[in-house]
Amino acid sequence: MDLSTVLQILDSTVRLSTPLLLAALAGLYSERAGVFDIGLEGKMLGGAFGAAAAAAVFGSAWAGLLAGIGVALAMSLVHAFASITAKGNQIVSGVSINFIAAGLTVLLGQTWFNRGGRTPQLSSDERFSSITLPGVELVADIPFFGPVYRELISGHNLLVYVAFLMVPITWWIIFKTRFGLRLRAVGENPAAVDTAGISVVWARYRAVMICGILCGVAGTYLSIGLSAGFAQNMTAGKGFIALAALIFAKWKPLNVMWTCLLFGFLDAVAIRLQGVSVPGIGTVPVELMQALPYILTVVLLAGFIGKAIPPKAGGVPYSKER
Amino acid sequence: MKFEFPNWVEYGLIPFLNLVTAFLVAGLVVLIVGENPLDAAYFMVRGAFGYGGGIGYTLFYATNFIFTGLSVAVAIHCGLFNIGSEGQAYIGGIGVATACLALDRYIPWYFTFPMAIAGAAIFGAAWALIPALLQAKRGSHIVITTIMFNFIASALMVYLLRDVFKPEKTQNLETRTFETGGQIPKLDWVFELFGTGLQGAPLNYSFVLALVCCFLVWLLIWRTKLGFDIRTMGTSPSAAQYAGINQTKVIVIAMLISGAMAGMMAINPIMGDQARMAEGFPGGAGFVGIAVALMGRNHPIGIILAAILFGALWQGGADLAFDMPNITRDIIVVIQGLVILFAGALDHVYRPFLAKLFENKTDNATSNLAGEDT
Repeated sequence: MDLSTVLQILDSTVRLSTPLLLAALAGLYSERAGVFDIGLEGKMLGGAFGAAAAAAVFGSAWAGLLAGIGVALAMSLVHAFASITAKGNQIVSGVSINFIAAGLTVLLGQTWFNRGGRTPQLSSDERFSSITLPGVELVADIPFFGPVYRELISGHNLLVYVAFLMVPITWWIIFKTRFGLRLRAVGENPAAVDTAGISVVWARYRAVMICGILCGVAGTYLSIGLSAGFAQNMTAGKGFIALAALIFAKWKPLNVMWTCLLFGFLDAVAIRLQGVSVPGIGTVPVELMQALPYILTVVLLAGFIGKAIPPKAGGVPYSKER
Repeated sequence: MKFEFPNWVEYGLIPFLNLVTAFLVAGLVVLIVGENPLDAAYFMVRGAFGYGGGIGYTLFYATNFIFTGLSVAVAIHCGLFNIGSEGQAYIGGIGVATACLALDRYIPWYFTFPMAIAGAAIFGAAWALIPALLQAKRGSHIVITTIMFNFIASALMVYLLRDVFKPEKTQNLETRTFETGGQIPKLDWVFELFGTGLQGAPLNYSFVLALVCCFLVWLLIWRTKLGFDIRTMGTSPSAAQYAGINQTKVIVIAMLISGAMAGMMAINPIMGDQARMAEGFPGGAGFVGIAVALMGRNHPIGIILAAILFGALWQGGADLAFDMPNITRDIIVVIQGLVILFAGALDHVYRPFLAKLFENKTDNATSNLAGEDT
């Protein structure tokens, strides 16, 4: 394996882990605030559809991003209303959001565009195209660093950089700001926050809304960054892999990034290994590689790789009167 | 404050209001798509109940949902949220297909049937065992582990269907077609009693099996010591502990029963309809089971009614998509989602209002009584 093959695999690792990273960070805000979210998948799908539809209609990637975020945000508000205001079951609410997104995207897509649930093929200026970072030519001749900079670091679209920038930003918000402290507090001990005279409901609402926005960006990346239009069920379980990554990372931003890169890497290798015989092992079933993120997460949950302890008040609606 | 509603409100009015809300929103969706919601409702009801074949399909789908609904309900009685019924049903298919592939050429279906039941139950239960053990022994959240197991199941099944079960000459991921020894007969004769026919609908004896399972679950949950232990565990784990109930054992047994119920769902489409096991045969029935258990308030009678409702939705929705060109089958998925949202997650929405209403009523009644006394 030479440098260019390795770089190719790593390059697709970055591409494939971006939606996971955005969705997992989205889930981090929500779950740290005590609202479980298994509707990441549905919100991502809704965002992907909204982005592709708006980009096609208005002919602009930015309109797409706005619509993608808008759709996912609206869906997160439904989840917030059900799980915070109406004190409903958060898992059930997540399941319903996944269903509604899966059905509605195809139904509306068929009505509006009449292409069997797809949105129209987008041209390059209706998408987020890849950015060449400054200095690529300058360092091109430096061995190792030159190609790495050109292939791996430069040449992604804007949303990829946004996703990776969100890691330190999220770390800073969650651990270094007053908002982050309150967000973590409502996830661990909402009664204490309430006693301090801070609104538990508002803190949780904000967390879930941030979750919606990031899911929207993740969906937008899928439909108008990575591909050129929306296709039925295009998230294909990525929301659940993101959820697995979030748990695997023990709800910590930096760990989330490494886990998403790992899961993205597994995906990239799986695509590469399709039908290829590995010396000494034989053909590795693609399915095993696809299932690996889930298997790893179960092993982690079993407590064999450290222990994943979720936020204490996660999944429990907060009621003042007891 | 929790208000105790009379039974007819708790089990009748509230689910009804939730359902009406869900259908009103669904009507709005139909309106957006550019069709008349009333016409759509008419097509759906006619498609689901208007002719023999329609009823046959409604009950065929309902059979799947009774199994998965029971699966979710048994787990909920134990305080466990099993959203892995989908995966357990999928894996249960291995048991059914193995029994059928091994026996269909040698013995008649009524001997294969019990083998398939056992196979389905064992494989379904086995797939629930690891999440159950992890929950009981190591406290791993069962919701997350069962989600993971759904995905592991679908990867495993694709692998098995392609590399183990698939005959050489077919392209699709499916087993060979079973001979008559691996096919459950349809319930045509029941429909002929009423002067109609199944008209090709695949309703079969699995429906009877589903009803039997409903009775057995009722017996288990409300008439046995194990059922009492399960319910105690579900209501108050600490009370269960003080009562000396072996928590690990109860959790594992409840999940095994839950998995077995889900696994048996595989019999209906595999042995009762297609006479082969194909990729993705559960088709989301496991998730519908969550809605069915919620709407049916985890009681077998409620589960049967809710399963028929969702069966009607699937069958009526298919007919609707046929009658209205603007509407695709995806409308079923949307309505399903809305029902889960309003009947499940937003179940509490009408409660404060209703509580006030009934509180006043009872207050008035008592003050009237008091008035008569003086």
